[in-house]
Amino acid sequence: MTLTSPQFKYNARAALADAQLQRALSKGLGFVERRRLAAERLPEFESLRDAARDIKSHTLAHLDLYLEAYEARVTAAGGKLHYAVTAKEARTVVLDICRSASARTVTKGKTMIAEEIGLNDFFEQNGIQPVETDLGEYLIQIRHEMPSHIIAPAIHLNKDQVEADFRRVHTHLPKDRNLDEPATLLAEARGVLRERFLAADVGITGANFLVAETGTSIIVTNEGNGDLTQTLPKVHIVLASIEKLVPTLEDVSTLLRVLARSATGQDMSVYTTLSTGPRRPDDPDGPSEYHVVILDNGRSSMLGGEFADILRCIRCGACMNYCPVFNAVGGHAYGWVYPGPMGAVLTPALIGVDKGGHLPNASMFCGRCEEVCPVRIPLPRMMRAWREREFERHLTPAAVRGGLKFWAFFAKRPALYGLATALASRVLWLFGRGSGRFRRLPFAIGWTRHRDFPAPQGATFQAQWRRRRR
Amino acid sequence: MPPPKNRVGLLVTCLVDLMRPVVGFAAVKLLEDAGCTVEVPRQSCCGQPAFNSGDRATARALAEQVIATFESYDYVVVPSGSCGGQVRVHYPELFHGDPNWHPRAERFAAKTYELISFLTNVLGVSNITARYAGTATYHDSCSSLREMGVQAQPRRLLAGVEGLTLAELPDADVCCGFGGTFCVKYPEISNAIVNKKAEAVAATGADTLLAGDLGCLMNIAGKLQRNGRHLAVRHVAEVLAGMADGPAIGEPEPKRAAP
Amino acid sequence: MSARDLIFGSIRRSLGVSGKEATRRKTVADRLAQHPAGIVPARGQLSAKERLALFRTMVEAANGSVDEIADTGVVPSAIADFLRRHNLPMAVKRGADPRLAALPWEREGTLEVSVGPSDGKDLVAVSHAFGAVAESGTLMLVSGPDNPTTLNFLPDTHVVVIDGKDVAGDYESLWRRLRETFGDGAMPRTVNLITGPSRSADIEQTLILGAHGPRRLHVMVVGGSE
Repeated sequence: MTLTSPQFKYNARAALADAQLQRALSKGLGFVERRRLAAERLPEFESLRDAARDIKSHTLAHLDLYLEAYEARVTAAGGKLHYAVTAKEARTVVLDICRSASARTVTKGKTMIAEEIGLNDFFEQNGIQPVETDLGEYLIQIRHEMPSHIIAPAIHLNKDQVEADFRRVHTHLPKDRNLDEPATLLAEARGVLRERFLAADVGITGANFLVAETGTSIIVTNEGNGDLTQTLPKVHIVLASIEKLVPTLEDVSTLLRVLARSATGQDMSVYTTLSTGPRRPDDPDGPSEYHVVILDNGRSSMLGGEFADILRCIRCGACMNYCPVFNAVGGHAYGWVYPGPMGAVLTPALIGVDKGGHLPNASMFCGRCEEVCPVRIPLPRMMRAWREREFERHLTPAAVRGGLKFWAFFAKRPALYGLATALASRVLWLFGRGSGRFRRLPFAIGWTRHRDFPAPQGATFQAQWRRRRR
Repeated sequence: MPPPKNRVGLLVTCLVDLMRPVVGFAAVKLLEDAGCTVEVPRQSCCGQPAFNSGDRATARALAEQVIATFESYDYVVVPSGSCGGQVRVHYPELFHGDPNWHPRAERFAAKTYELISFLTNVLGVSNITARYAGTATYHDSCSSLREMGVQAQPRRLLAGVEGLTLAELPDADVCCGFGGTFCVKYPEISNAIVNKKAEAVAATGADTLLAGDLGCLMNIAGKLQRNGRHLAVRHVAEVLAGMADGPAIGEPEPKRAAP
Repeated sequence: MSARDLIFGSIRRSLGVSGKEATRRKTVADRLAQHPAGIVPARGQLSAKERLALFRTMVEAANGSVDEIADTGVVPSAIADFLRRHNLPMAVKRGADPRLAALPWEREGTLEVSVGPSDGKDLVAVSHAFGAVAESGTLMLVSGPDNPTTLNFLPDTHVVVIDGKDVAGDYESLWRRLRETFGDGAMPRTVNLITGPSRSADIEQTLILGAHGPRRLHVMVVGGSE
């Protein structure tokens, strides 16, 4: 999948003009109301958010040691840990494991890391067929699209589109079958994917958490696809980035208590699965190999730095559910794997602010994201920090820099500022007083293309004040 | 006799200063009626546009200027949650680690207040004698709500205004899409957001829109007008001060007036 | 340098540590050994009877169903009744769990009971839960020959038997029991926390049960809280 974050403005424009997407977005993400209700039903919710933040911060501050402990436990349980510094290394490691298993098809549970490293395309280039099993991910896989939301990847689709895709792709099924209702579409997907589950040689999942105490990887789903992915094949591969570490099972329960509530308003997702190593000697089912691929991809250098806090993210999606910008343009506009406010902070860190700079700039700093983040990440502050980096590196657009410099010149000289504003007020008033507003202002085209600009009142407050008082 | 602790320096804000001075005069009236003496030192900008654009140096320079200008007052009052938030929340951030300026900025931030919450929370004003015939709906500006803790207070005071009916705005706490430079950097996205807000405002059936931030008000007013909706848009201080008889935002003056 | 060395080196450089610092090592070792509990919500901290009532409410809220059964001897009949009510064939698959093996299945002659993991062709599975959490109506099942994991996911209907006394108020109680059963720091291959039947809302945000896992989850709580 190609990176289009540099074309964010173009993407956003296309998204705003996409009637079907706009319909889907306004039908919306009922998650907002549900989160509110779930939080209300748990008196300890706010304290749990503080605790969750503290657990993640503590872990990040001791990440090397928790990673060592985790590694020892995975190995003791018969699992194999692989390290990957870059996306390329991670792809290679995963491919090697699959080749050793003579894999032809690979089922996949939802994993953002797989998207981040471009795994599906790489598999296809190397003769291995990846099959997404999360229903939303499957829907977008057959359309060759990126997910548009981290919890609900196909939220931008309507059922007619899904029907069209199923008819196009599931050619072995009778052409005259009825696919009118979501329930029939789901039943068809279930049947198709059931065959893939049973036939897969390798199953790949992500990990919401990696538990150092026990060497355990945890996935959280509502469908059960992750479980079928990791239980049926001979080989189970877990793809996880380094910041997924959590110290103990007790720490896991704190995080679980805020995760589903923040994501979908459920108290718990349907399936929370803890996996440790391969099947044991007398287990009648389960994989015979268990691999964990730990990916860095730039995260280790974020620790202890200005953007370290984003590594607390537990991928709940609350920030984007609440974001007015995300709700206006949807996830694809962000142009890469991670959309919404967390994407706006993480993307420049992983792909560079020169490519990802639009994302932290396209924010009003309304603060809703920070208000709902279960681990209290100061998202607006870090978006602003990206803007500072851009400014230092002169990446800020010339018009903005110039405008600011002009403004600052006057603002630093209040007497001169007073004269300039008095003049501006007078001039704009003269031109605008007839109607009280401007339908078009040459130097404010961005504004007046969409809305009227009110005319000032003719003299500034400060000028009038000084005339009236002494 | 020592001076009473009610000397207020009014940080009028660029938008009020340039675009709508009546808000400044309304603020002064409300403060004086509540027993304060109000002064307006020569001032320019709190520095928020620079701060949000990543120009920390300019933001600091302007912050130093504001602090030096205003710190002798007992209180600094701002008819805006946005500029108020810049001072109260972000000035200490700007000087983090500076042994001289940081404590100074913290002391300064601690005595800076948004106008309405200053009246209610600090001066204990619970009732305003004012009259306004109409149905108003109120928009919570993001900074007022999330940085300055303003939500119940303006509604409480408005409830006491004779003749005024308050119609609650659904999603009052959702951003209007102004975001300072955001609305000119990403105009189409801003437009989508303000359009949603404007339609929600119009759907309440109110004839008046009120808020505590002029940026939001100008933004929503401009969109309401472009959409052909006829509501009077004003700063909440205008109504509370009984100064809501002049032209609303974006409305022409009656023919004879001249400053 | 291996990838491992590079990553550890980078982490330590960023944090400004060598990794050998005694205080840090002790902090981590202590937390792992003592695994202190965090905030445990008051919701599940109830008397045994109230816990069971809460558990039932939460399972039903998650679209599961609950039967309270006084005596283990009645379980096979209860299962047979359940199958009849839902027009399901009288055949179930279970694991080797001795508690399930000891049930008087012979009392239900028409009920065909086979033992082992699922191959995808079973319609109904019967498992015995390790424990449950009243706080959220969650069942805990562990892998192994007693209750093969495939039984939790492949069949269309999942019947889970649980002893009333094993319904805890919170997850923390179950972590403790896991440690007691499997040893500190050790775990079985899979621990499933299950809250209701499988579901998806990926198609137009319409909630539908039975996405990939079972579309029906039926819990039989045996023996009250004694």
